[in-house]
Amino acid sequence: MKGAFRRALIIFRKDIKSEFRTRYVLNALLMFVLVTISIIRFAVGDEKIDDEILTGLLWIAVFFSASGGLSRTFVKEEEKETTSALKLSSYPAEVIGGKLIFNLALSFALNIFILILFVGIMDYDIKNAGAFLLIMILGNFGLVSASTIISAIISKANSKGTLYPVLSFPILLPLLITVINATKLACSGVELKYLTGDMQILISYDVVVTAVSLMLFKFVWED
Amino acid sequence: MNSIRILCRDISKTFSGKSVFKNVNFELSDFQSLCITGRNGSGKSTLIKIISGLIHPSKGKIVYEIEGNELPKESWFEKTGLISPYINLYEELSGYENLDFFYRLRSRDDGKDKINGLLEAVGLKGKGNELLKNYSSGMKQRLKLAFSVLHDPDILVMDEPRMNLDSAGIEIMNEIALRQKERGMLIIATNDEEDQRLCEKFLNIQDFVN
Repeated sequence: MKGAFRRALIIFRKDIKSEFRTRYVLNALLMFVLVTISIIRFAVGDEKIDDEILTGLLWIAVFFSASGGLSRTFVKEEEKETTSALKLSSYPAEVIGGKLIFNLALSFALNIFILILFVGIMDYDIKNAGAFLLIMILGNFGLVSASTIISAIISKANSKGTLYPVLSFPILLPLLITVINATKLACSGVELKYLTGDMQILISYDVVVTAVSLMLFKFVWED
Repeated sequence: MNSIRILCRDISKTFSGKSVFKNVNFELSDFQSLCITGRNGSGKSTLIKIISGLIHPSKGKIVYEIEGNELPKESWFEKTGLISPYINLYEELSGYENLDFFYRLRSRDDGKDKINGLLEAVGLKGKGNELLKNYSSGMKQRLKLAFSVLHDPDILVMDEPRMNLDSAGIEIMNEIALRQKERGMLIIATNDEEDQRLCEKFLNIQDFVN
């Protein structure tokens, strides 16, 4: 187990190094976030938007940036034909582990950027910051877990780009409904104890999706 | 080293309902070598992929036996080294970084000496810090040779190994193949007569094509 985690970290470090050298995903995502938030800002103009609506817009930005970036993890290996070398050097669980850690790092970095822009440009007012952050972390973890295994599935298909939203929407729907609702409540200042129901759903979703991903990946990875 | 055996029993492969080959059988033990021949498109690479565990056969079974015990398929990679045209290493990493990454996935120590030794052995001394995207196709093939023997595999599988290699590169490839025969098992898919001379057993894949 310890050895598997060590090797997952080796794959994660390789992906980070590759990403910083190629900017395969990073540049596209940063531009996507900037453009999305700029369009929202211009569309809104001087009007004061309700924080509930801003929460919805925040998750739209998070979801679409995830669909653009997280789905590339395995697609890149497949397109560059490096999958075979990886298959010949590691166990499937280590590969999905490494990719999951990479996507988590990418997603959290991106969401911090999105949040800074939302608070700075859109005057997004978060009244219960602790609960808000906790929900963002749980929501992101679920989003990343589901996106990573979906990325592995679509990397084998011919129409990779169109397949991601088709596959991810039904899988992510329960997560998105719960996380948007909980974020709205945290944003309006509701105390953490009133969010336990939503948090239980989010934790359950995260555990189930991550466990299923780890178990099923072997079958996706093997041709 | 543990005694190792490959048993290939009635292997068939079909793609989209079209048969590539049917009922391939062979058996290979330590210090034995097998040459797979056949015209282009006859399924040599497909059989190589099945042997190295990259794809499943449509029918039949292939077994890796260590000391008489069947090795689980997901552990085959620990025993196998593969060089083939369809394996790519990471273009955005240097030659050294590529070998270091794959070495660390298999071993706990840093492997610096081993990697530098291999880079020298395949004629890439002094080129290890260059990014792979700046390598010529011959240099990439040499690096793939180093990748295939990085973990001293019991079974070395070579698919068209002399592709893109110059005469010095072919000599290095021959040395690696001969060394492998002394320490384990060698499987080569080729139509090149010189490469065929490296092997004792032969399998013409066309005998198993419809």
